[in-house]
Amino acid sequence: MKKSTRRRLVRGLLYAVLVGAVVLLALIADWEAIRQNFLSGEVMGELWPEVLTVGVKNTVIYTVIAFAGGLALAIVLALMKLSPIAPYRWIATAWIEFFRGLPALVVILAFGFAVPIAFSWRPPGGSVGAGVLALVIVSSAYIAETLRAGIQAVPKGQFEAARSLGMTSGRTTFSIVLPQAFRIVIPPLTNEFVLLIKDTSLLFVIGAAIDERELTTFSRDALTQYANSTPLIVAAAAYLIITLPLTRLVARLERRQQKAR
Amino acid sequence: MTRVTSTLPAGTRAIEVRDLHKYFGDNEVLKGIDFHVDQGQVVCVIGPSGSGKSTLLRCVNRLEEPTSGTILVEGVDICDPEVDLDEIRSRIGMVFQSFNLFPHLSVMRNLTIAQQRVRRRSKDEAVEIARNNLAKVGLAGKEDAYPAHLSGGQQQRVAIARALSMDPDMMLFDEPTSALDPELVGDVLGVMRDLAADGMTMMVVTHEMGFAREVGDKLVFMDGGVIVEEGDPREVLANPQHSRTQGFLSKVL
Ligand SMILES: Nc1ncnc2c1ncn2[C@@H]1O[C@H](COP(=O)(O)OP(=O)(O)OP(=O)(O)O)[C@@H](O)[C@H]1O
Ligand SMILES: [Mg+2]
Repeated sequence: MKKSTRRRLVRGLLYAVLVGAVVLLALIADWEAIRQNFLSGEVMGELWPEVLTVGVKNTVIYTVIAFAGGLALAIVLALMKLSPIAPYRWIATAWIEFFRGLPALVVILAFGFAVPIAFSWRPPGGSVGAGVLALVIVSSAYIAETLRAGIQAVPKGQFEAARSLGMTSGRTTFSIVLPQAFRIVIPPLTNEFVLLIKDTSLLFVIGAAIDERELTTFSRDALTQYANSTPLIVAAAAYLIITLPLTRLVARLERRQQKAR
Repeated sequence: MTRVTSTLPAGTRAIEVRDLHKYFGDNEVLKGIDFHVDQGQVVCVIGPSGSGKSTLLRCVNRLEEPTSGTILVEGVDICDPEVDLDEIRSRIGMVFQSFNLFPHLSVMRNLTIAQQRVRRRSKDEAVEIARNNLAKVGLAGKEDAYPAHLSGGQQQRVAIARALSMDPDMMLFDEPTSALDPELVGDVLGVMRDLAADGMTMMVVTHEMGFAREVGDKLVFMDGGVIVEEGDPREVLANPQHSRTQGFLSKVL
């Protein structure tokens, strides 16, 4: 057999297997059950508009708060980690390693239940506030590492040029180094943001009032209420509508940075 | 060009270095340097790679920390802990081999940021001074460009204009033309010649022997962390006394 003929044969076989599998699936699947259970128009109608005005809205709010808080904290941590003063470095390193080493879920549980009991202190915003605070802290650890790498990627000559003009080290950091570092880390930061969107779903373990529920808690409640899986599909679609454009954006930014190099 | 240096006692040297030693770890890179630059003088420093030229230059504004010895800038000991190092640095212009323009800022902002933040000039005043200096280096009209869109020679001239905008009393150059394509070297050297003609005090690490011969008031040859020979550039270049100078010059000329 000629080589090209054999290759064509193998390829044809692979397509045949694929088609066979699809046909088989279609035959054994109970389409009516699937439609009723996952794509029930009736349930979708019940979810609207709360899926947007409660679920998506709160997911976005919690993500933005966690990211903004995490970023602010991370700037401090990254600068501490690069500080000439050793104890600052130790504190930052301990914080970063500790919170990156734990599952986010454990931190959320700790802030939601353990901390209020242990210190008889209630974070602002009730248990949801505690959960978001946990996300702030977890994200601060990840973002700080990203920022530190970005700061160190700024050429040393930038720092020297600024200092040789008489700028103080603080002025140099904020006017010269950080703006360049942020540019470098925009793609990885966007990635952190996407991870954080998904991590807000973990907040469902601490329970929330009706109008405080984020997307996962919302759909989980609806799942129980209607004894139907459609809310899961709706939530999944909502997550993808938010995350896909962002991951595409990251890919584009990364390509552009590669070209600029 | 009017230059205000009258506040200094007559005879005060712009730069005076005494018995300077510098170690990087165990590596002694400067082994007892005595060196000075007078007001208005152009001093060129030459020598083989690794001889310590950049380190000496960078010690003058304490980008490198001297291990021991004394460095006086206009009579002020820059290693004195009481001294305001940022203020002294703002009066010493520095030009790097790799330009080190701020890539996230426009040319105009590169020239005004330190004027406003360090010199506390108003924006209008800073912009005016920046325009004058851009014109002086032949780059009027490039105010809104970003460094990445300029050629190497243009970037280096912007870097010189940036340093000049602080009205420095002296300028340090670390191989300002070594990173440039040969056809762009002349523009930068031309700007430096103009500066020298205006009476600027300059310390120039360079491999441009022609520049050293024509513009320099003094030539310093370094090798292995010491000053081997120094004197009138025409003398040293035409008639080097030390065998190490002879060996180096025979290779580069
Ligand atoms: N930051 C540093 N850490 C450790 N060693 C250094 C550092 N900077 C310079 N050196 C060493 O000091 C020596 C002198 O370096 P320097 O840059 O002053 O030489 P140079 O005369 O300017 O050479 P070139 O012509 O290559 O620029 C070299 O051996 C170099 O490896
Ligand atoms: Mg050098």
